[in-house]
Order: sequence, then C-alpha cells, then structure tokens
Amino acid sequence: MSDFRRISLPRAVGVLLAKDLLIEWRTRARLNALIFFALATLLLFSFAVGPDTRLLARNAGGYLWLALLFASVLALGESFRVEQENLTLDGLRLAPTDARAIFLSKALGNTLLLVALGVLLVPVMVALYGVELVMGPVPLATTLVLGCMGISAPGTVYSAIASNARARDVLLPLLLFPLIIPALLAAAKATQLVLQGDPMQQLGSWFGLLSGFNLIYWGLGFALFPRVIED
Amino acid sequence: MHTVLQVLSAAAALASVGLGIFLGVKWAPPGSRYNGRPLLWGMTGVALALLALGSWMGLAWTPPEREMGQVYRIIYVHVPAMWMSLLALVLNFCFCVAYLFKSSWKKDAMAEASAEVGLLFGTYGLVLGSIWGKPTWGVYWDWDPRLTAMAIMLVTYVGYTALRRFVEDPEKRAVWSAVVGIISGINTPIVWQSVKWWRSLHQVQSTPKTVDPDMVLALRVNAWASLILLTLFLLHRYRIALATREAEVALPDALPPDASGSPKVSPPRGTPTEVV
Repeated sequence: MSDFRRISLPRAVGVLLAKDLLIEWRTRARLNALIFFALATLLLFSFAVGPDTRLLARNAGGYLWLALLFASVLALGESFRVEQENLTLDGLRLAPTDARAIFLSKALGNTLLLVALGVLLVPVMVALYGVELVMGPVPLATTLVLGCMGISAPGTVYSAIASNARARDVLLPLLLFPLIIPALLAAAKATQLVLQGDPMQQLGSWFGLLSGFNLIYWGLGFALFPRVIED
Repeated sequence: MHTVLQVLSAAAALASVGLGIFLGVKWAPPGSRYNGRPLLWGMTGVALALLALGSWMGLAWTPPEREMGQVYRIIYVHVPAMWMSLLALVLNFCFCVAYLFKSSWKKDAMAEASAEVGLLFGTYGLVLGSIWGKPTWGVYWDWDPRLTAMAIMLVTYVGYTALRRFVEDPEKRAVWSAVVGIISGINTPIVWQSVKWWRSLHQVQSTPKTVDPDMVLALRVNAWASLILLTLFLLHRYRIALATREAEVALPDALPPDASGSPKVSPPRGTPTEVV
C-alpha cells in the first residue's frame, strides 16, 4: 500500500462536488425543471387557499418549505440516477478514497441546489403572498441553509437506498417525509418569524432545533453511508 | 394480596419471557426438530390467564378515578400497549446496530419481527388513546406533541416495513433496512420524553411512580400479560421471517458468499441437498 496514495477526505469531497456541479451546470435541465416545479407549487398553494392575501401571508413560511420539500424529492431522486446510468457508482467506489466522501459531496451538492432554489423562490413568495422580510436577509439565509441541510443529509442516504430499490419514486418520499417533519416544522416556524418579526425571541430556539437535527443526521449519514453503497 | 399477586404475575411473565428466548433459540429456526408446541401453549395459557385477571382487576376491582370516573380504565390496556410498542422498537434499533456490526439472518429476521410487532402495538395503543380522547378531551385527535411524535414515529416504521417489501435482494434488504432502522430509532427517545419536554394536553407518562397505589397492581398485571403476548408475537413473526429468508437465500443464484462472513443457511426441509 505504500506506493498507493489515498486521497484525503476534504480533497475527495471537493473533487466530487466539483464534478457534480459541473454536470449540473452543463445540462442545467434538472435545475430548470426544479425551478418551474417549485414555482408551480407556490402558485398552486395560492389557488388552493383562494385569493385571501392575509391567510397566504400567515402561512407563507410553511408553503415555501413545502415547495422546497417537494422539489427536493425530485432533486434527491435525480442525484444518484446520474451515478447509475454508466455504473459510475462502481467507479467511485473503486477510487482510492473514503466512501464517506461520496456522502459528503452529494449531501453538500443537494444542499447547494436547494439553497439556490430557495433564494430564487423567496422573491416570488414575497410577490405572490404579499409578505415582507421584517427581520432582514441574514436570519432568512441562516434558516434556508440550516433547513436545506436538514433535508439533504437524510435525503442523500435514502435516495442512495431508494435509487436501487423497486418502486423508488414511492419509496423516497415514504421514507423521507416522516423523518424530516421536525426539521420542516422548525424551518417553517423560523421563516414565519423572519417574515413577521420575532417579539418573543423564539428564533434562536428554532435554530437550535435545526442545528441539533443537522448534527444528528449528518453524523448518522456520515457514519452509515459506506454500508449503504457497499456491494 | 397485593404482594402475592405482584410476585406471581411478575414471576409468570419473566418465566414466560425466558421460555420465549429459549424457544427462539431452539425451536424458531425452521427445520429444528425441537418441539416447541407444549411450551407455546403454556405461554399462551399464562398470557390469557393474566389478561383475564388484569381485565377483571382493571374493570371491577380498582376504584373509579376522581375526575374521569370510569373512563380512565383504558390506561390498563393503552399504557401497556405503548410500553410494548416502544420496547419492540428499541429492540429493533438494537438488532439493526448489531446487524451492521456482525451480519446474520437471525438478527435481520429479529429486526423485521420487532419492527412489525412494535408497529402493531403502537397502532393499537394510538387507536385506544383516541377512543379515550373523545370523552376526555372532546376530540379524537389533538395535535399534542406526544400524539404527533408517536404518529410520526409509526409512519416512519411504516416506511421501514415498506422498504423491506420493495427490495428483493435479501442481503441488500438486510443492510439497508438496518441503516433505516437506526435512523428511525432516533425518534424513540423523543416520543418517550415528549411529555416532559413540551408540557401540554397529554399527561406525563404513566409509570408505577406516577400512578395511584390502588391502580398500580392492575396496571402491572396487564403489563406482564402484554409482555408475554409481545414475546409470543415476536417469536411467531421471527420464525416466519427466518423461514422466508431461508427460502429466499436457498435459491442457488442468490446464495450469500461464505467468504464475506454471511452465515451459512441450511436448505429448507424437502429440498435435495445438491441444490445447495
């Protein structure tokens, strides 16, 4: 093994992430489809509720996160399909590096994609639902990053499992949705506070819950992922 | 009277659980020549006897509650059902972790059995709780943290059992469901603690410390009866799971390679040995 140099974990993560982002950028089809899907979801909520602006504004945080959640299922389902088409997952497994680098790069890539999607959705939400950012962009950005991380970590593990199983399109939401309810709840509440002001200083505790959730599921994903993709 | 009944019911239940473990080792593997029938009938008899005694105590022997009157009596079945559900799901978590450390079909079968039996008891307990909620809270379902956490946990395990149906390769199914079982298991302590962390409609968990001394004995007898039932259910489901797995992996092209540490499985009865 002495002549065989292992690639360090951070470097492997960087290389794999750059590869995924490059594929994403060159096709751009997935990103475009995701944006339009999420926009349609936001529109559909306003049709479902009816033209009641007050009600829409009150629920805006929840609708934003539901749109992101539905879009995330598409994004996550796609993230391992790319690796399976030409058996590239086998190639990645053979690379002289830690299998956990695949988890970190995929989860980070999904987080980036969802955060980008969220950044695009927020102005649309502000226009459609007639809300304003009372607390400014920094708490909103924190909520977006923490919430998207919460969806991505268990989502990456489950999409690796579901992409190999029968009925994968049913299996991923079935496994993922109940699991991330705490993160979704915290993110929706935090967004609501960002939009409507936070007189009771509750934002910090929701951030705490999101951080704890992330810590648990990023840790579990990091530890368990090699077993998921082993052959 | 109290002490005698308590000791008797505890001894019966612990003996039955011990017999259950013994049977799980000796009788449950398909093809075992060991005849478990007398012991199983004995355990079923003890469970039914304790259940009858517990039902009589819960319905007639214990006094009505000061505020709720007769309605509270559902705790004698609702609370044990929830205990057994959490116990089975904790068992599932333990077997999932154990499987990832050292894989064997027995652990996988036990994980499958405990998840399904836990789901069964949890659903039963949740339905009983809803029936109790209508006269007490005025609604069948309130979005109280305990109820919500429990419902989320049950849906998570529905996902776990669905995963087991959707994956055909037994080895992959075992590994993936172990991973999903560990990830889902994080919920169990949250459900248990939810009544302490978020004080709302649901009262704190009923344990012998929080229940009135007059009612403890009936609760204990019912809980011991449920424990025997849980053991019986686990035993039967484990035997079925193990038989299914053996039938699957005994197919020549799906045989697990012995080199990878997978356990060698014996062919099911009636199969010519040359197949393996």
